[in-house]
Amino acid sequence: MSDQQYRVILAKLGLDGHDRGIKVVARILRDAGMEVIYLGLRQTTASIIAAAEEEDADAIGLSMHNAGHLTLGPKMMEAISDAGLKIPLIIGGIVPDEDIAELEKIGIAAILGPGASAEEVAATVRDAISARD
Amino acid sequence: MSHSDNSIPQLFEQTLSGERRSLGKLLSIIEKGGEPADDVAGLAHQKAGNTHVIGITGAPGSGKSTLTGRLIENISKIGKKPAVLAVDPSSPLTGGAILGDRIRMDDLAGEGSFIRSMATRGHSGGLALAVPAAIQLFDAAQYNPVIIETVGVGQVEVDVAGTADTTVVVVTPGMGDAVQANKAGLLEVADIFVVNKSDRPGANDTRRDLDLMLDLGHLSGLEEKTGYRPPIIMANSLEGEGAEEILTAIESHASHLAESGSFQIRQEQRTLMEIQNRLELLIGSVSKDALQSESGKLIISEVLDRSISPSEAAKSIASSIIKDFT
Amino acid sequence: MRLDPYKGVRVGAEENPSLEPRELWKLEYDKARLREVPFETMSGVPVDPVYGSEPYPGQYPFTRGLYPSMYRSRLWTMRMFAGFGTAEDTNLRFKELLRNGGTGLSTAFDMPTLMGRDSDSEWSLGEVGRAGVAIDTLSDMEDLFADIDLSTVSTSMTINGPAATILAMYIAVAEQNGVTPNQLAGTIQNDILKEYQAQKEYIYPPRPSMRIITDMVKYTTAEMPKWHPISISGYHIREAGSTAAQELAFTLANGFAYVEAAIAAGQNVDEFGRRLSFFFNSHSDFFEEIGKFRAARRIWARWMKDRYGATDERAMMCRFHTQTAGVSLTAQQPENNIARVGIQALAAALGGTQSLHTDSFDEALALPTEDAARIALRTQQIVAHETGVTNVADPLGGAPYVEWMTDEMERQAEEIFAHLDDLGSGSILEGTFAGIENGYFVGEIADAAYRFEREVNSGQRIIVGVNEFTEGDRPEDRNLLRIGAETEEYQLKRLQNVKTDRNNEQVDKALAAITETASDSTQNLMPVIIDAVKTYATEEEIANAMEKVFGTYVERAIV
Repeated sequence: MSDQQYRVILAKLGLDGHDRGIKVVARILRDAGMEVIYLGLRQTTASIIAAAEEEDADAIGLSMHNAGHLTLGPKMMEAISDAGLKIPLIIGGIVPDEDIAELEKIGIAAILGPGASAEEVAATVRDAISARD
Repeated sequence: MSHSDNSIPQLFEQTLSGERRSLGKLLSIIEKGGEPADDVAGLAHQKAGNTHVIGITGAPGSGKSTLTGRLIENISKIGKKPAVLAVDPSSPLTGGAILGDRIRMDDLAGEGSFIRSMATRGHSGGLALAVPAAIQLFDAAQYNPVIIETVGVGQVEVDVAGTADTTVVVVTPGMGDAVQANKAGLLEVADIFVVNKSDRPGANDTRRDLDLMLDLGHLSGLEEKTGYRPPIIMANSLEGEGAEEILTAIESHASHLAESGSFQIRQEQRTLMEIQNRLELLIGSVSKDALQSESGKLIISEVLDRSISPSEAAKSIASSIIKDFT
Repeated sequence: MRLDPYKGVRVGAEENPSLEPRELWKLEYDKARLREVPFETMSGVPVDPVYGSEPYPGQYPFTRGLYPSMYRSRLWTMRMFAGFGTAEDTNLRFKELLRNGGTGLSTAFDMPTLMGRDSDSEWSLGEVGRAGVAIDTLSDMEDLFADIDLSTVSTSMTINGPAATILAMYIAVAEQNGVTPNQLAGTIQNDILKEYQAQKEYIYPPRPSMRIITDMVKYTTAEMPKWHPISISGYHIREAGSTAAQELAFTLANGFAYVEAAIAAGQNVDEFGRRLSFFFNSHSDFFEEIGKFRAARRIWARWMKDRYGATDERAMMCRFHTQTAGVSLTAQQPENNIARVGIQALAAALGGTQSLHTDSFDEALALPTEDAARIALRTQQIVAHETGVTNVADPLGGAPYVEWMTDEMERQAEEIFAHLDDLGSGSILEGTFAGIENGYFVGEIADAAYRFEREVNSGQRIIVGVNEFTEGDRPEDRNLLRIGAETEEYQLKRLQNVKTDRNNEQVDKALAAITETASDSTQNLMPVIIDAVKTYATEEEIANAMEKVFGTYVERAIV
C-alpha cells in the first residue's frame, strides 16, 4: 500500500445512464490501490461537490455519453471553481479530438477515451492528482 | 498541501463554525493515524459528549444503506443534523476500496447531513481508533445523531456496532440471515432488529426466528436488568416503508437508556473500550520498539544463550518500558 | 411490427396424428407464399427449403425457426432505428421513408423524453434532441406524425419509463385525425424490468412501474388489438456487459415476469402471449450468438406451454428483433467495424431473426453520419441478397457444435431461472423484484463486464486495432456528425408557447385525476393519462403527478 492513499470520486452527471465504463474504471482504480467513492447515476454538480468536500477527495472523475462533455464538462468545472476546490476533474467517454483542446483550456485535467488500458487509466488519475499537489 | 489555514487547530475552528470541507480534511487526518490523528481526537474530545450514536449493521445486500438513506431523510425532516460514517472493507491485496452506497436522497444534497465513507485500510487497530475519533469529531461539530454503518461480518465491525448507544441490526428474509446474525454475535448487541424487504416470502418466518431467539435469551445483556426487549421492525427500504418506525424505535430506545441509566453505562463502556484499544496499540508498538532496540537485542541473545528464560526476558523488557513511561 | 403471414393456417399434429413431422412441415410449407427468386446456389444448384431432422422450422419448440418457409417467404424486416432533433425534423424523415416504400416507423426519443423530463428541466441541459426526438407535449406528437395516416403505418416506439404517456399522446393524435385506437398498429418497448437491470432509464420503483405496465396491457388488449404492448429487450443487458447466456436468461426471465403479472391481473395467457415480442443483441462470437437465438425460441416455447399453460402456438413463439452490438464497435480504426457488423448481421440471419438493425461503423465516436448509416443498411442487404443464407431455413441446424451450443445456452439459462425461481419462492416475478433489490442483476453484469475488460487489458483477448494490429489508425480523417445547440433553443421556445396557450385550469384538473387514480390500484391509469395529454399537460407534469403516489427509484451504487 502506498503511503499516499488517493481518494477519488466517480459519478455520472445528468440523465445519461450508461454506467458500464465507469464501473470498470472504479474497479481498475481500486485494483491500483485507490479508494473510490462511486456516487452512481443521476448526480448533480451540487451533489458531486458536497461529496468531494465530505469525502476530502483528491480527484473527481465523470463519465459521459451523448456528447455531454460540451455542456456538462464546463458546468462541472464551474462548480468546482465556485466551491473553491482545488482538485482535478477527469472526464471519460467519447470526446472528439477537436474538443479535447477546448476542454483542456477550461482546466479539465485529463480525458480518457474508449479503449484506454488499465495502466493508462490509473496513471492518468495519479498524474492528474500529483500535478495539483 | 501546506497552506497556513490547513493547520489542525485552524481546521478544527472552521469545523466548529460549520465548514464542511474542514471537517472532511480532519476526517482524513484521523484516518491516516499517528500523532496528527491523536491531536484531532484530543481537540474533538473536549467538545464532544452530546450526540446519540447509532450503529447500523447488516450483511452486504441487506439494504442497510438504502435504509440509512431513508433514515437520514426522516431525521433531517425533524430538524436534526445527522452524520453518517460508512465503514467498508479495503482490498487486502491492493489496499484499494470501492466505497459505494453513499445513498443520498435527491433533496438532501449538501444540506444538513454529512456522509463520510471510510475504508478499513487493512489494519483493524487503526479502525478501532479512527471510528471513535470520527464520532467525537462529528459530535464536536454538533452532528446529532451520528450513524455508524458497518458490514456485519468480522469482530471489528461487531465491536464498532456494539459500542453504539443504539445498535440496529438489519436482516433479510429467507437467506438464513437471522441464524448468521446469531453466529456473528450480532443478536447480543442488537437493540433494534429490522427485517428488511418485508414483502419477500419468508419475512414472517424470519421475524418468528428472531422472536424465538429473543425468547431463548440470546439478547442484549441489558434486557434482564432493565426489562428492555429489542423490537423487531418490518421494513421495505426501497419503498420507504418502516423508516419512521425505526426512528421511533431509536427514540424510544434512547429514552429507555436515559431513564434506566444505561446511557451512562454505554458511554462508559465505549470510553473504556477506546482507552483499552489505545492502550493495547500503544503497548504493542512500544514493545516492538523495545525488542528492536540495542538493549532488546542483548536480552534476546541472553535467551538464546539460555542464560535467562523467555518469560524472564519479557518481564525485564516490560519493567524497562514502564520505567520509560513514568 | 411484421404481420404473421401464417396466422390461422397452423395445422397441429393433433389434427393429423398419422403424419410424420417432415410431412406436417411440408403441408405447412406448401401453403406459404414464397418470394419470387430462384432458391439455388450462385452456381445454379437448386437447394431444399430445409435440411436435417425434426423439429422442422415452424414446429414446436421452434428451435429451428418460427415459420416453415422462413426467409423464403419474407426476408427479415430491415428496420433502422434513427432520428434526432425536433418533431418536425423527424416527421420529414418519416415521410421520406414512407415515400420510399417503408411501412414501419421506428421512433428514437431523446434522453429527457426517455426519463420523463421536459426540455426545460435543468436535467435536460445539453441533451434535448440529441440522441432522438424531443417530445414534451401532445403538440410535439402532432408534428411528429403530421400528414401520416396512422391507420396504415405501423409505429415502433422505443420508450419505457414514460411509455404510458407517449402511447396516450399517440392515441390522441390518431383521434384528432379520425383514427380509432383499434386501427393503430405498432409496438412500444415498455420493458421496465431491464431498465433496473441494465439501461437505467426508470422513474418509479419496480412495483408501481409494473402496475402501469399491467394497466397498459389491459387497455391495449381491450382497445388496441393490433398493438404490441411490450418488447422484452436483452439488447441493453448485453450492452451493459453481460455474457450471452445472461442476456438470454435475464431477458426471458423478464418475459416470464410480465406473463406472471398479466396472468395475475386476469389476462388470458394465449391472448397476451401472442402480442409479446423480444429484442436481442448480436455480438461477435458467431456460434455463441446463433446458439443463443435458437435456445431463446426453444426455452420460450417450452415455458409458455408447460409452466404458463399456453395452448395457442402463436403465444409460444419467441419473435425477435435484433441489433448488432454497439459495444463491440471500436473507436480505433473505426472502418473495421463494418466487418464486425457484417459478421454479427450474418449471425442474426442464421439465428432466424424477424427484423434487424445494423449499427453504423462510426458509432463508437459520435452519432452516425448519413453515409455510415447507409453502409450499415447495405451490409444487411448484402447478407440478405448475396450470401444465399436466406434460401434454407436454419441452415446450421444439426451441426454438432451448433446443437451443443444451443443446449449449452439453454443449460446456463435454466440455472439462472432456477436461482430466480428460488429467490422468489416459486415466482419468477418475485424473484426478479428480489434480484433487482439485492443487486443481483447489476452485480452479475458488472462482474462479466470487468472480466472482459481484464482479458482485453492483459492481451488474453485480442480486439483488432485496440490491443493488437494497431497500426493504421487515422483519427485526422474522421468526418463526425456534430449537433448544434439550435435544436435545444427551438424546442424550449415551442414548449414555452404551448404552456402559454393551454388552459392551465384544465391541466391541473387532469393531473389531479392522475394522482387520484394512481393511488387506487383497482383503476386503470390509461384513460386519465389520455385525458391529460389532451389538455397539453407535459410529459414531466404527468410523470410528477404519478410520482406523488409512486415515489422515485434511486439505484444503490453497486460496482
